[in-house]
Amino acid sequence: MELHDVWFVLIAVLWTGYFFLEGFDFGIGVLTKLLARDRKERRVLINTIGPVWDGNEVWLLTAGGATFAAFPEWYATLFSGFYLPLLIILVCLIVRGVAFEYRSKRPEEKWQTNWEHAIFWTSLIPALLWGVAFGNIVRGVKIDADMEYAGTFWDLLNPYAILGGLVTLTLFTFHGAVFAGLKTVGDIRERARKLALKLGPVTAVLALCFLIWTQIDNGDGWSLMALIITVVALVGAIGAIAAGREGWSFALSGVTIVAAVAMLFLTLFPNVMPSSLNDAWSLTVTNASSTPYTLKIMTWCAGIATPVVLLYQGWTYWVFRKRIGTQHIAEAH
Amino acid sequence: MELALAPETLARWQFGITTVYHFLFVPLTISLAALTAGLQTAWVRTNNEKYLRATKFWGKLFLINIAMGVVTGIVQEFQFGMNWSDYSRFVGDIFGAPLAFEALIAFFFESTFIGLWIFGWDKLPKKIHLACIWIVSIGTILSAYFILAANSWMQHPVGYRINKERGRAELTDFWHVLTQNTALAQFFHTITAAFLVGGAFMVGIAAFHLARKKHIPVMRTSLRLGLVTVVIAGLLTAISGDQLGKVMFKQQPMKMAAAEALWEGQNSAPFSIFAVGDVAKGHNTVEISIPGVLSFLADDSFTSYVPGINDINKAEQEKFGPGDYRPNIPVAFWSFRWMIGFGMASFALGILGLWLTRRKFMLPPGMRTGEDEVPHLVLFKNKALSPKLAKCYWIVALWTLLFPLIANSWGWIFTEMGRQPWVVYGVLQTRDAVSPGTSQGEVLTSMIGFTLLYAALAVIEVKLLVKYIKAGPPELTEADLNPPTKIGGDDHDDADRPMAFSY
Repeated sequence: MELHDVWFVLIAVLWTGYFFLEGFDFGIGVLTKLLARDRKERRVLINTIGPVWDGNEVWLLTAGGATFAAFPEWYATLFSGFYLPLLIILVCLIVRGVAFEYRSKRPEEKWQTNWEHAIFWTSLIPALLWGVAFGNIVRGVKIDADMEYAGTFWDLLNPYAILGGLVTLTLFTFHGAVFAGLKTVGDIRERARKLALKLGPVTAVLALCFLIWTQIDNGDGWSLMALIITVVALVGAIGAIAAGREGWSFALSGVTIVAAVAMLFLTLFPNVMPSSLNDAWSLTVTNASSTPYTLKIMTWCAGIATPVVLLYQGWTYWVFRKRIGTQHIAEAH
Repeated sequence: MELALAPETLARWQFGITTVYHFLFVPLTISLAALTAGLQTAWVRTNNEKYLRATKFWGKLFLINIAMGVVTGIVQEFQFGMNWSDYSRFVGDIFGAPLAFEALIAFFFESTFIGLWIFGWDKLPKKIHLACIWIVSIGTILSAYFILAANSWMQHPVGYRINKERGRAELTDFWHVLTQNTALAQFFHTITAAFLVGGAFMVGIAAFHLARKKHIPVMRTSLRLGLVTVVIAGLLTAISGDQLGKVMFKQQPMKMAAAEALWEGQNSAPFSIFAVGDVAKGHNTVEISIPGVLSFLADDSFTSYVPGINDINKAEQEKFGPGDYRPNIPVAFWSFRWMIGFGMASFALGILGLWLTRRKFMLPPGMRTGEDEVPHLVLFKNKALSPKLAKCYWIVALWTLLFPLIANSWGWIFTEMGRQPWVVYGVLQTRDAVSPGTSQGEVLTSMIGFTLLYAALAVIEVKLLVKYIKAGPPELTEADLNPPTKIGGDDHDDADRPMAFSY
């Protein structure tokens, strides 16, 4: 296994971390309209992710930075090629971050409900678009001999990619509902559980269609294994939430995300961005990667820093382990 | 019209707008994190409530500010790939690593521990909670270091070779990239300038309240902390700026010549206070200057030879082939002056303020004031300033809070515009760095989109800041004074107690 293969795995790990963590906080954002009945319940939901959403988002920045460093060609082609979807995601993430931080800073109802609308939409749209983006990466897009994206914005909105987007949207929302069940107390906890039970089967059907389509197009034995794990874990997560075991259900919905991302990357390898025009024009771990020297330095850095990050982020979740209910939200604002 | 809308021009405008905007929040974040941490340390050590109130007050303003810094930073991480894909392909092997380091080491620190700090007041023991804000502060400084090392490589590329076959620059010595003198000088200058911003911010807001005789104990302490910060940071900014200038003179002589609009090289080169250049003819038509000063700024000697714009342009043409290697001279000239002017004006006003509000030094006992009194403003031995003059001082102090921010912005505009036409000095020109595949419409959409969004957010942010500035430091609650002793919060009888902080 050469260093660029290691980095392919590490990039996959960073995206997995991002989708696992920001997955449930996108889900919580969507649930502010699906689950919460009033402003107080919306605040309960927002506060379940209050201390952690910012740290979760850094997984994306790290995935971006690491792709730049380890696979500059991949970074360049992907971000210049998927220009408009990425622009929309960036605008959403900007508004979303400000919305969390500023919503409580004024007491007026209008101010707060405006930011709540913002939180809903800016969670829903990226949750959908990331799936569309990854669908396109796996499927292959028009990349020319100069590694430049030669398609248009509309090419990105093909049925396979849109199905991928629906999978991430529903899966993240399900993941968020399970998380809400795990982190809240009282009436909202019970309703989160029931909503998860409704979302689960929809998610499962969509995910199954998308992953089988992926398997038929690009799959091999390994990806089939990941597919089976994804489906089993998702069914398990639904079963666990039905049995009222929120902790187990959350762990299993996490495994679902990990296995699904793993499957996408398994079908991708050794390409990083296949070209639909000509196989020879595909970006691969070899022709898109940095020099072994740079990769070596990056490996040291990631090898030391990532476990430390996991430790202190894990500690954060432990510090805020108590469940929250409407009674914990101060009346003041 | 065609030229004005060239993708390169648009991409440059977008980069300029988003980056200068981002950097309004960065220096304030860096300095306020450390100053808030300092105030909280004073609270933990002395148990004096004014320090806790000050921590909460400045901490709130810090949070309003860092939120904007964080979200506008996301754009920076992706903008290179979106608008500058050829740049990314060419330099990714070198430039990407510090960015990835920044994310892995600094961003995770900042973002995780800021969450712990915001929500941790009733969940963490006092000292652990204090450690969180210090870790945030360290994170902001580390982040600055990595990004400045990356930028320094654009100013003065080192530790690389060109791989002709793959058409890119490749890293050969990462340690050199991280520790070259450009990076060290830029880091020193940027960090000290950041503290100038935070210090002046504190002084201005404290002056606002003291002029109205409100929140006196907290604002007295804040004023003093701010003034001391301004004076120390101002002095260090000047020293580091001088060092950076000398490094720049050796590495980018064109930028130094452009900063002075020095068209022809000369010994004892002057520093002009004012000049109007005639770019087409290559000389200045109007000029007021002090002889020798530029030579000193560049080379530590009042008589040294400083090459001029025309000389360097000719030399670069011989080295790199035909072309125009001059940056925009008026922009370089004026941005350099505005940087120094606004920066040093705030430094001078800091010294004045520190002298006027001195507590004991050369101050007769009768003029000394207690903890809950607005300090007298004493210029000469026995006499406080008249109420009118005192009011003038407070107003000047308030508005000075903008000066270092303006100076920071012009400093970056100078350093980036002065490097043109290069994006990586001597290696890659800006026009060769843009994304060839993105359309004019796409870049235009994103530029307009970001500009409108940023403008709207600026209005919201400033209004919030003003609201919280006017509100003053909060009153303390029982919970504030009795932090938990266990991680995760004490097991109170009352498990339904509201959270100390919630969104």
